[in-house]
Amino acid sequence: MDFDLSEEQQSFVSIVRSFVDDAIRPNAERWDLEEELPLDAVKQMADLGLFGLPFPERYGGAGADLVTLCLAIEEIARVDSSLAITLEAAVGLGAMPIYRFGTEEQKNTWLPSLVSGNALAGYGLTEPGGGSDAGATRTTAILEGDEWLINGSKSFITNSGTPITSLVTITAITDKGGDAKEISAIIVPAGTPGFEVGPAYRKMGWHHSDTHELAFGDCRVPQANLLGRRGDGLRNFLSILDDGRIAIAALAVGLAQGCLDECLSYAGERRAFGRVIGGYQAISFKIADMATKTELARTAYQKAAWLKSKGRPYTKQAAMAKLFASETAVEVARDAVQVHGGYGYIEEFPVCRHFRDSKILEIGEGTSEIMRMLIARELKLPST
Amino acid sequence: MNVVVCVKHVPDPNAPVEIQDNRIKRTGVQNVLDPGDMYGIEAGLLLREALGGEVTVISMGPVQAVEAIKRALSMGADRGVMISDDALTGADSLVTARVLAAAIRRAGFDLVIAGVESTDGYTGTMPSSLAEFLGLPQVTFAKRLSASASSVTVDRQTASGYHVVECSLPALVTVTAGVNEPRYPSFKGIMAAKKKPLEHLTLDHLGMSAADAEVEQEIVQISAVDERKSGTRVANDEAAARIADLLAEAKAI
Repeated sequence: MDFDLSEEQQSFVSIVRSFVDDAIRPNAERWDLEEELPLDAVKQMADLGLFGLPFPERYGGAGADLVTLCLAIEEIARVDSSLAITLEAAVGLGAMPIYRFGTEEQKNTWLPSLVSGNALAGYGLTEPGGGSDAGATRTTAILEGDEWLINGSKSFITNSGTPITSLVTITAITDKGGDAKEISAIIVPAGTPGFEVGPAYRKMGWHHSDTHELAFGDCRVPQANLLGRRGDGLRNFLSILDDGRIAIAALAVGLAQGCLDECLSYAGERRAFGRVIGGYQAISFKIADMATKTELARTAYQKAAWLKSKGRPYTKQAAMAKLFASETAVEVARDAVQVHGGYGYIEEFPVCRHFRDSKILEIGEGTSEIMRMLIARELKLPST
Repeated sequence: MNVVVCVKHVPDPNAPVEIQDNRIKRTGVQNVLDPGDMYGIEAGLLLREALGGEVTVISMGPVQAVEAIKRALSMGADRGVMISDDALTGADSLVTARVLAAAIRRAGFDLVIAGVESTDGYTGTMPSSLAEFLGLPQVTFAKRLSASASSVTVDRQTASGYHVVECSLPALVTVTAGVNEPRYPSFKGIMAAKKKPLEHLTLDHLGMSAADAEVEQEIVQISAVDERKSGTRVANDEAAARIADLLAEAKAI
């Protein structure tokens, strides 16, 4: 048994932390207000090699494991969830499907710029009527000659409309009707005629993460843009989400840790009734609970990531980590606002933003309900 | 262009300084690569990227100070030389310069780069002593630095502006914070650093003895600096004239 990070991981964490303190912390509040992905920050994260962490060196990556990627996401999320999800989605949802399911030619075409962080890719699974019911895909892709003719729409697609977005991979029905529904994944390059990016959503949180609705109207892409085997699209996409869940758990832990850090400093300074409020059990017990849940959530995501790195089954642990960490983040952020009192409701205090940013964690990349369903399935409970 | 960069492992400047027996406490505190040294490392890396060659990072200190070198290697430096010896405990800046000079001569170089001063002792005397020991011309307080194969050109910060100095190689240059923007090491850089050559030397390897490490300096007393006085507030309506007076008083205009 060994809970230590490697020496390299420890140095990396301290470097990412100082980067976040220097380059992100002073700007996070302003970016949140501006509601636009700060491309200069993305560039700085790219220079640090963050977008290439889990990919092999032959595509320009660092060959790191999932634990290391999660550590980086956690560090960023302590301060800025929008940039943390930008990284998580860029790596886990944007580049990873190309790396895992792409042909060598597709990888050589698309991966280097994604891995270097010079480009971002979106992952179009969810549809207006889909969400948790991921298989309810209605977007269609019909093979006409040597082109796919795509029609339909996608919702809540991260990194899909930035000036550096190079592509979106989408799921679409590729069968010709009949009983067996065939869903495949297809790469749609940005700027393809018929591929329309809707206006940015007005979101509760994750303000400077780039999220759009996408519309495809008689959009044509080459047949060679099929990603993975025809008919494997949904299964492949769902398997991508297992890793994504661990990374979201890491993001949730970062947010919770950020709230905890803020509370520790606030409760040590703010005085009421003649002493600092951290001296009152009403506050100190709350903070003790916050710290405990955060630490357990961290252990959960790191174990799930470690299982994955060892090539062992991890679906159950990933779902548990995502469920526990995201609910922890929401609870911790809510309590952090309470510890801050009225100031917690004011945007100058980071816990205010953290609270707004936390809720989506119980929804995105598999809701808490879907996590419980997956865990129950892993426990071999009767299926409904 | 082979560049040697001098670096130092110092107590974390963000933590309060602890003094013990007239010395800065260095054990049992968090030590880091001197933030002022990152500019020297970055300067070395930029010159290598422009002109080729190698960047060697040299440090003298207790064994664990090798962490400072490792950090420089993860930023991209090519090789490290760490000098540690029990006889060097409590070495002053003159001894340090003498030892570093021996190690630098051994490593070979076209240019030696150091920070203007360390972020712990702040004596600012080591680089000049080092240049003397090496018999090198020195250009201090560089706020901009470029080089060709045979010379360096430096914008040298002065109290009222800067001098443009060109100096033939070999030479020693001290760099100020702001000469460049030091890069962060990437994870790939951290992993690559593990495989880079890193020499551990003692005084023996340098043909030196404990006598060469004899400290002749005596620190009599260390006291806190006076707290900075609060500034002067100037009201809007009289601003221009009043500010001009203040600048004249400060001999800035």
